[in-house]
Amino acid sequence: MSLLEITDLRVQYTTPRGPVTAVDGASLDVDTGQVLGLAGESGCGKTTLALAIPRLLAREATIRSGSITFGGRDVLAMTDQELRSVRWGKIAVVFQGAMNSLNPVHTIGDQIAEPIRAHEPKTTAAQARERVAELLDSVGIDPGRSRSFPHELSGGMRQRVLIAMALACRPQLIVADEPVTALDVMTQAQILEVLRSLSDRLELSMILISHDLSVIAEVCDSVNVMYAGKIVETGPTSAIFAPGQVGPAHPYTARLRHAFPDIRGERTFIEAIPGHPPDLIAPPPGCRFADRCTIAVDKCRTDEPALEPVGAGHAAACHRSALVLGGAALDAAPLDIPAADGVDGQTAGGPS
Amino acid sequence: MTAHATAPAGPLLTLQDLVVSYRSRRGPRSRRQIRAVDGVSFSLGTGEILALVGESGCGKTSIVRAIARLEEPAGGQVLFRGASIAHVRGPALRQLRRDIQVVFQDPFESLDPRLTAFDTVAESLLVHRLGGSRAGRRDQVLAMLEQVGLHPAEAIARRYPHQLSGGQRQRLVIAGAMVLGPDLVIADEPVSMLDVSLRAGILRLMLDLRDSRGVSILFVTHDLSLAWVVADRVAVVYLGRIVEIGSMDEVIRAPLHPYTRALVSVIPVPETTTARRERILLRGEAPSASRIPGGCRFHPRCPLYRQLGEPERCRTEDPALVAVPPAGRGPAGTSKAGTHTDGASPGRIGADAAGPEHAAACHFAKESS
Repeated sequence: MSLLEITDLRVQYTTPRGPVTAVDGASLDVDTGQVLGLAGESGCGKTTLALAIPRLLAREATIRSGSITFGGRDVLAMTDQELRSVRWGKIAVVFQGAMNSLNPVHTIGDQIAEPIRAHEPKTTAAQARERVAELLDSVGIDPGRSRSFPHELSGGMRQRVLIAMALACRPQLIVADEPVTALDVMTQAQILEVLRSLSDRLELSMILISHDLSVIAEVCDSVNVMYAGKIVETGPTSAIFAPGQVGPAHPYTARLRHAFPDIRGERTFIEAIPGHPPDLIAPPPGCRFADRCTIAVDKCRTDEPALEPVGAGHAAACHRSALVLGGAALDAAPLDIPAADGVDGQTAGGPS
Repeated sequence: MTAHATAPAGPLLTLQDLVVSYRSRRGPRSRRQIRAVDGVSFSLGTGEILALVGESGCGKTSIVRAIARLEEPAGGQVLFRGASIAHVRGPALRQLRRDIQVVFQDPFESLDPRLTAFDTVAESLLVHRLGGSRAGRRDQVLAMLEQVGLHPAEAIARRYPHQLSGGQRQRLVIAGAMVLGPDLVIADEPVSMLDVSLRAGILRLMLDLRDSRGVSILFVTHDLSLAWVVADRVAVVYLGRIVEIGSMDEVIRAPLHPYTRALVSVIPVPETTTARRERILLRGEAPSASRIPGGCRFHPRCPLYRQLGEPERCRTEDPALVAVPPAGRGPAGTSKAGTHTDGASPGRIGADAAGPEHAAACHFAKESS
């Protein structure tokens, strides 16, 4: 049995314009020690899906249907008190934006000790200090810096502090929301190394949210690509991103992959994906990616594709996945991008 | 296309031993000077795209500020079309402020929320008393919006920044800069705030503007892989110094400086491999500019320094930026710098014309390859 099982989850936001289903029927499993990547453009629902797990959603959000089971327990049925012990104790979150998640008037040592003392009230001050030193060491910070204040640390160090805080109560699952975005490339590499080695060493499960497919390809065991509230492709990174393997089965994954430069090959221009995701107030019938897809056919605009297996542990929601797996060219611009929405793609992807 | 043919022979922009220093804020009477930029020299040819790459705090923004005359250099000079910009005043300064435009990182903060797209671009013209008649100005603004890919321009012109997407805002910022017909555009992390699907569009726009108008671009970024997409040449900055400069392709393919080698090795690539790439992870972070290490400023973090048994020279002697002969890198002049294999950008010029020299500031640059 998996550590975490999410089945057909539906999360809806109440907005002044009407209800928006930000996560629409998502299912995923995370095994012990597995690092799972959640990828997609901003607004695709990846953060909403991840924050639903410890039920840390904003007040406007409601879980409409589906189930979340963690360690065999139904998370959606938990009382507030049960949730409090699961959060941080079993499931810890590393939020985006290290600057804003730390309290400027407390030392980092005190802030790392805080969850320990809250969850294990019997811990003595000396024990807490010892544990803080261990934690700082495990994320590569000199334990002597525990008396530093957040402003005395660089962005990369603060991100390490947040990871140390997340580890404080020995959780089984860490949800890391864009943990390396806005950091320098070398710092990114260092942080990813810390996360990967922690997962290997402590058998820690992890959900890594990132818009950067290269980061996910390098760090994660499996990937879930989200588009407009739906998981459109899921599978092992070794099948989707490894050379000589089957590769992406959904055109969106394939296009997203080409939106990142690959410095090892010949120098080619990175590709934009013309158009924008649909307005989730009134999502279109059929495939939500159809408007931006270069290989869409009539069926794609009427029949919504289900997530169908295309390989071992590998599934895609696309009527044309056989074509994508066959390596069809996807870079020609679609014929009818609505003008107002297509602006960002016009000069980029379209033939001029 | 013809813009470059008639361009003057010399470089458009030259930095000679530029130093920018700030007074340390520690203590009210502190006299300590922090050298954010510590002797930087490079030149930028007409129609060329040079990437300035470095980690945060390396001094790249101070270099930008000195070129835009937002900062008084403590030493060295900035030459624009061969003349120092240090004492330019009056009408000549106004002209300089047209010729050099800066596009900043955050399109949310660099736009006035109360101005429509039309007024944003028109204001650039009004400030510089350009555009002639009202009708002439209108035509110019709409044409500019169209050129940066904001169409239909008539409709977009009426929108306010909050009614535009992130990519559209950045295009608008670029329109406001380009309408003045600058010779040099400094783009400071122009795409780092944008979603990946939009980045390519903005970068392509920059290439298009270079090709159609012959504008020179200084592309400032921390991301070597983005630089690789657009730049002809690249300068890698570490702690206020250029540690390596050369054609973009050569620096990525055969980096000479151990710092560049490490940076190249950690660039994530969209691929999963069972045998992970050999990555050179540097320990810690660059020290503050207030504590620049003696000798080679990179030596405390340098993997090559440790590998070579910590040679004394690295601790005592500050290495100069010297050209490394292209031995083993193919005969000189055959580099295909500045060309894309997909022919995406016809009319690319620059690197070859300027004669790309590959230089590194390392005593043991040759040992590193």
